[in-house]
Amino acid sequence: MSKQQVLSPLPGTFYRRPAPDAPPFKEDGAAVAVGDVLGLVEVMKNFQEVTAEYAGAAITFLVEDGEAIDAEQVLAEIDE
Amino acid sequence: MNIRRVLIANRGEIAVRINRACKSLGLSTVQVYSAADKDSLAVRMADEAIEIGPAPAAKSYLRIDAIIAAARASGADAVHPGYGFLAENGDFADAVAAAGLIFIGPDGDAIRLLGDKVAARQVAAEAGVPTVPGSTARLADVDAGLALAHRIGYPVMIKAAAGGGGRGIRVVQDAEEFARQFPQAAAEAAAAFGDGGLYVEKMIASARHIEVQILGDGQRYVHCFERECSLQRRRQKVWEEAPAFHLDSQVRAAMCTAAVKLAARVAYKGAGTVEFLYDRATESFYFIEVNTRIQVEHPVTEMITGLDLVAEMIRIAGGERLSIEQDDVVIEGHAIECRINAENPARNFMPGPGTIKRLAVPVGDDVRFDSMLFEGYTVPPFYDSLLGKLIVHGADRARCLARLRDVLKKLEIEGVPTTIALHTALAEDIDVANGDIDTRFLEGWLERRFPTPAKS
Repeated sequence: MSKQQVLSPLPGTFYRRPAPDAPPFKEDGAAVAVGDVLGLVEVMKNFQEVTAEYAGAAITFLVEDGEAIDAEQVLAEIDE
Repeated sequence: MNIRRVLIANRGEIAVRINRACKSLGLSTVQVYSAADKDSLAVRMADEAIEIGPAPAAKSYLRIDAIIAAARASGADAVHPGYGFLAENGDFADAVAAAGLIFIGPDGDAIRLLGDKVAARQVAAEAGVPTVPGSTARLADVDAGLALAHRIGYPVMIKAAAGGGGRGIRVVQDAEEFARQFPQAAAEAAAAFGDGGLYVEKMIASARHIEVQILGDGQRYVHCFERECSLQRRRQKVWEEAPAFHLDSQVRAAMCTAAVKLAARVAYKGAGTVEFLYDRATESFYFIEVNTRIQVEHPVTEMITGLDLVAEMIRIAGGERLSIEQDDVVIEGHAIECRINAENPARNFMPGPGTIKRLAVPVGDDVRFDSMLFEGYTVPPFYDSLLGKLIVHGADRARCLARLRDVLKKLEIEGVPTTIALHTALAEDIDVANGDIDTRFLEGWLERRFPTPAKS
């Protein structure tokens, strides 16, 4: 089974939820379709969506909600 | 003065500014910082620096416990909150006081009172300060709101009682829209601010934003005249001036007196700003809100009055009386501040962190650049995009604008996108030169001058 990596397009802060008290965009282990929103990257108070470029049966996040990230950092892996 | 060592609970250009003010008063400084700000100018300037957490503000600059612990460990006797972060958090002010330290600003009760938009409106009304027609208290329900909106006339704004800084505001044109938007606004306010309380204000069609700087020591209160802050994008100020143009001297006097009355009403201690909407058509002004902190745009007031507002607020917190009488505060010339942000105006203000490769700043007697930049500094992505504030003074507004145009040509920042080109275009604009602007001017102007490119 191959894995696809989800990379952050920008440095900033990664959020798994649309709002602090909202459920995550994707739970760990959830199935993913192309175009699904996986999280947000905040760059200087500007929020950019991270969307799935691959479909898969299960997603595993490698970054916590609210964690600082670098550009090109692996945010999650998607099992095909 | 009862202060010897000041902990600076902020970052960026304002942390640099506070470090400078402390040094000018002979005070030592303690700079707290996140892991992302280890190499910042404020950390280099301070006598001591303490890391308080990782990059995200929620884990560092917003951590009251970590900041209080740093103050205790470093022997600081006062805390300066700057602006943003915890600057208008009454619980933070209380926690600082409870730790036996001095909070440089008004006390927690005053911050909470003036931070509640509905309560602040009531205080203003009691002090005889004109308020925008609208609620005198939180609205009980949608029917109470509809009745009030009908009485004051549409369009009206539905505002969150706990909102501020332009957030939590909806403009509605008629009763049907009001009934539809009200429950959404309540839910949104509850989610965003933890408080679903709403109030209603009449929408002023063409208004300018004019604010009055105040200083108070709890016994005596002075104003330091006004700032004109109408050039805004998404309700964020972009360019500020002092004094306001096209403002009758009697209206100016009435506005400044109103701000002083409001300060006296709450026995204000520290530096604060009373914000007004000004309707040029009727020459009427209306109270909007009070900011209980130093403002980003305070330098334009300093440039026309010669005061050091940050030093003054530290002295007041240290138990000294106001160092000036009202008659000591006089306007000399005109000042304009341009907020230079790490944003690309040609790409819908997309922000861009990065490393400063080259920096050329034409400072002089009439030119000031408040900034945390230096060559080789990496602007982190975790905080706001403000790189610095270019402030220019002139004998009058026309000369100030001419000097600004010249200075903007000489200001060079390479390595990150900047809004210098935006300010150059504004400084050359005929409507700006004539002062024919209101708070909605800039967004319309941007659509014509910096159109958003179509998405590829």
